Amino acid sequence: MNGITLTLRTLHRGERHLAHDLVTVAERHRTEHEVHHVATDLAVWSREHVRRLAEAAAGHDVKLGDPPDHSPDGVFATLRKKASEAVVHRPEPGLLLLRDLRELHVAAAENSLHWEMLAQAAQASRDSGLLELASSCHPQTLRQMRWTNTMIKNLSPQLLNSL
Amino acid sequence: MEDATDRIAQPWGGRVPYGRHETWPARVDTFLADGVEPEAVQRWVQSASILHSDGDAMDIAVTDGRMVGVRGRDVDRVNRGRLGPKDLFGWQANASRDRLTRPLVRRDGRLVETDWDTAMDVVAARSRELLDRRGPGSIGFYTSGQLFLEEYYTLAVLARAGIGTNHLDGNTRLCTATAAEALKETFGCDGQPGSYDDFDHADVIALFGHNIAETQPVQWMRLLDRMEGADPPRLLCVDPRPTRVAQHAAVHLAPRGGTNVALLNALLHETIRHDRIDRDFVDAHTVGFEELAERVADCTPKWAADICDVPAARIEEAAELVGTTDALVSTVLQGVYQSHQATAAAVQINNLHLIRGMLGRPGAGLLQMNGQPTAQNTRECGANGDLPGFRNWQNDTHVADLAKVWNVEPETIPHFAPPTHAMQMYRYAEQGSIRMLWISGTNPAVSLPELSRIRSILTQERLFTVVQDLFLTETAQLADVVLPAATWGEKTGALTNADRTVHLSEKAVEPPGEARPDLDIFLDYARRMDFRDKDGGPLITWDDPESAFEAWKRCSAGRPCDYTGLSYAKLRDTSGIQWPCDEESPEGTARLYTDGIDWAHPDLCESYGKDLETGASQEVVEYRSLNPDGKAVLKAAAYRPPHEEPDEEYPFQLTTGRTIYQFHTRTKTGRAPQLDAAAPDVWVEISTADADRLGLGEGDLVDVTSRRGALRGRLRPTGIRPGLLFVPFHYGYWDTDDGSGPGPDTPGRAANEATITDWDPASKQPLFKTATAALTLVERGDGRPSPAPTTTASAPATAGVARPTAGGPAAHTAQTPAEFPHGREEGAQ
Repeated sequence: MNGITLTLRTLHRGERHLAHDLVTVAERHRTEHEVHHVATDLAVWSREHVRRLAEAAAGHDVKLGDPPDHSPDGVFATLRKKASEAVVHRPEPGLLLLRDLRELHVAAAENSLHWEMLAQAAQASRDSGLLELASSCHPQTLRQMRWTNTMIKNLSPQLLNSL
Repeated sequence: MEDATDRIAQPWGGRVPYGRHETWPARVDTFLADGVEPEAVQRWVQSASILHSDGDAMDIAVTDGRMVGVRGRDVDRVNRGRLGPKDLFGWQANASRDRLTRPLVRRDGRLVETDWDTAMDVVAARSRELLDRRGPGSIGFYTSGQLFLEEYYTLAVLARAGIGTNHLDGNTRLCTATAAEALKETFGCDGQPGSYDDFDHADVIALFGHNIAETQPVQWMRLLDRMEGADPPRLLCVDPRPTRVAQHAAVHLAPRGGTNVALLNALLHETIRHDRIDRDFVDAHTVGFEELAERVADCTPKWAADICDVPAARIEEAAELVGTTDALVSTVLQGVYQSHQATAAAVQINNLHLIRGMLGRPGAGLLQMNGQPTAQNTRECGANGDLPGFRNWQNDTHVADLAKVWNVEPETIPHFAPPTHAMQMYRYAEQGSIRMLWISGTNPAVSLPELSRIRSILTQERLFTVVQDLFLTETAQLADVVLPAATWGEKTGALTNADRTVHLSEKAVEPPGEARPDLDIFLDYARRMDFRDKDGGPLITWDDPESAFEAWKRCSAGRPCDYTGLSYAKLRDTSGIQWPCDEESPEGTARLYTDGIDWAHPDLCESYGKDLETGASQEVVEYRSLNPDGKAVLKAAAYRPPHEEPDEEYPFQLTTGRTIYQFHTRTKTGRAPQLDAAAPDVWVEISTADADRLGLGEGDLVDVTSRRGALRGRLRPTGIRPGLLFVPFHYGYWDTDDGSGPGPDTPGRAANEATITDWDPASKQPLFKTATAALTLVERGDGRPSPAPTTTASAPATAGVARPTAGGPAAHTAQTPAEFPHGREEGAQ
């Protein structure tokens, strides 16, 4: 295994995780409607990244898995949804929301760095296919980060001052 | 010779054909109360309509201290004497016997009458207690699109600098937030680029999700008159319903709900593929063309046809229509703004105009419309989730400038995050971090999505709600304090319509009982709260409408919406004037961006823009590198599928909208006899194909059910696109047995029982047009047709199933031809 396939593997795992976490956060914060809907949309990007990474890896004779199901672990998702609806009138989930957004941000930042590494390696090895992959996916990862950053910025003043 | 027309049966009155580039001839519409002769009218008082966003100029007839009728103002550039049905008949609601005349406070669970001192003391005491114990973030204000400029401005000052809260928004969030956001994204700043006068010069008029016949009836009269004259315009209509616009259109596209971005990207694709582009304009005035071209490269009509479910050939025809004309006017409204990817879609219409160079000259213009009459004022004054005067909350110089106008420290004005939008305010209230909500001139218990949720928020014990309105609305019934407000005709103030035309509306009669102008209520509150500036003087230094207007002028100085050249005296003198109006342009400004893009420079712009798909804010550094010279930004967007798609359980898409005869939640129009009789109750529109398939017909009683709730109405098969149900959003519960919501004797009646809580991430406008629903038969019709009007988009597909909508003698209205006295081609040069 060379460095490029290692990076592909790491990134594949990172995007899989992010796709899963975005869906989980969307379910957990169903009553935060914007978070719910946008996180669900953003998970689609990561799932697409996973698919394209697997495709690229196959070209390097490395087998990586498919993206996770759209709604993972059904019973837990239902529980999370019910839990979020049960505490709809409570302020405390606000803290949990900020923590979840922070985790998403960090996960996206990690992916972003790995996209950067992949793009650099692709350039050095003149692998135009990989470079194309990184240049088309990395901007979406950056947008995922900007979104979590904006949400944290907008929500923190109210959520942290009202406990 | 005067012509008496039944203006319920003929909502747009008679025709006065005129040719392209000619002045729209005047026609004075007059309606006087039964038995009142024109010569018996003692005074005519200058005003303009607040029942839709045309801002139709009119005079109110007064006799013996009572309103007795209205007459269009032929001197005015907006309507040239014409009035729509709501203008003609709506004023009668002012004199309804169920007007609120005394303040009410909740005691032992019931609202009881009290005096102003007691009511305002309760409000001020609760405010102070919350400020002390929980801080300014615990207080929120939710206002209207129907107050006057002076009132919004005063509210903005007291909320932002007095209380110091970030939570102030208008119900314009439901109607016009996307218009503002789309203009900010493209031009860096809010403000309508075009003018209604562009309709006189246009060759092609494209109406995107805009049923202008029912939302801006007077401008539809203008289009009808042009279509009967020489060199008539051709229309492109994008609407899933068989509107009057669709019937007159050269090309009508009825796309699936939630697919506007796909359709628009295909139109852009075709425009670029055929090189129907003004390269010089693009090079001189825009950035981002390459990215846009790349994004739409694969968006062929064939691709869009599959997504939108319209024939690819029709998309090609539409693209040719808008792509080959030399004078294109586009208008945009709720079919775009309240649908999935609202801002992304509205911005693509801006893009179409930019790449075609269709901007800033007669007949080449863009109207991102407003649904609410004074929405523009809410936006200008910063009562809508922006800072006053289109200032940028992310720009410290702008905040410092505003602080100087108000003589406060900049940190007094919250600007650490964008002003909170309405939907987030309700979420904070649900969560318990907002503990007081002051609602003025609007009715969220009917107008917001997912009403069971809204009712549960408003009825929380811990939330203190103040409602300021004319009647005991559904929302007022849930309030802790109800303040009786004076309204249009009972108070003086300025209002600005969708094309930046400022009108003065003067007090004609006394308000009933102890009802007070909204301005007086806000000023009273400010006095009781003793808000101070940084030198210890009073924060609010004005005490009546005119001094408030003068204060606003100082705040608007040097900003795009500059009012400094206006005054009450000048507005009395000349009727409507378009801002900016200052020393350089004392007669006002017909069009923005006649000579390049003025307000997109990084130092001047109102917003650095957002990610259209996620809503993430851009920072100044990014904006500066993207757009260092302040050009218009061509912002591309990819199509994303809607968040809720039909399935087996909920097989229909559900959309909501309005009828020409009612306004908002019917608070006033439901109390005007002719209007109420024309559209008295909720109905459900279905395509004839779906009705036949399900064995349903006209007048059948059905339940429309979604994951959120249900409503019940009588069915009307029409030419609406298959798979879609339409329900008008006006109907609530104040005239039912249960008062503020569904109950044992009242099935759901409001469209918003069924709509989804979801909003556009960029504009934060709720999406009322993207829910899915199921339809079930409750009982067969008894031969009575559904209460839907037959004169409009709800006309039955089969003629004769319902008696034609008519008002009879009670709706007879005079139409008098008149010379347009100023004889100007343009409202302002």
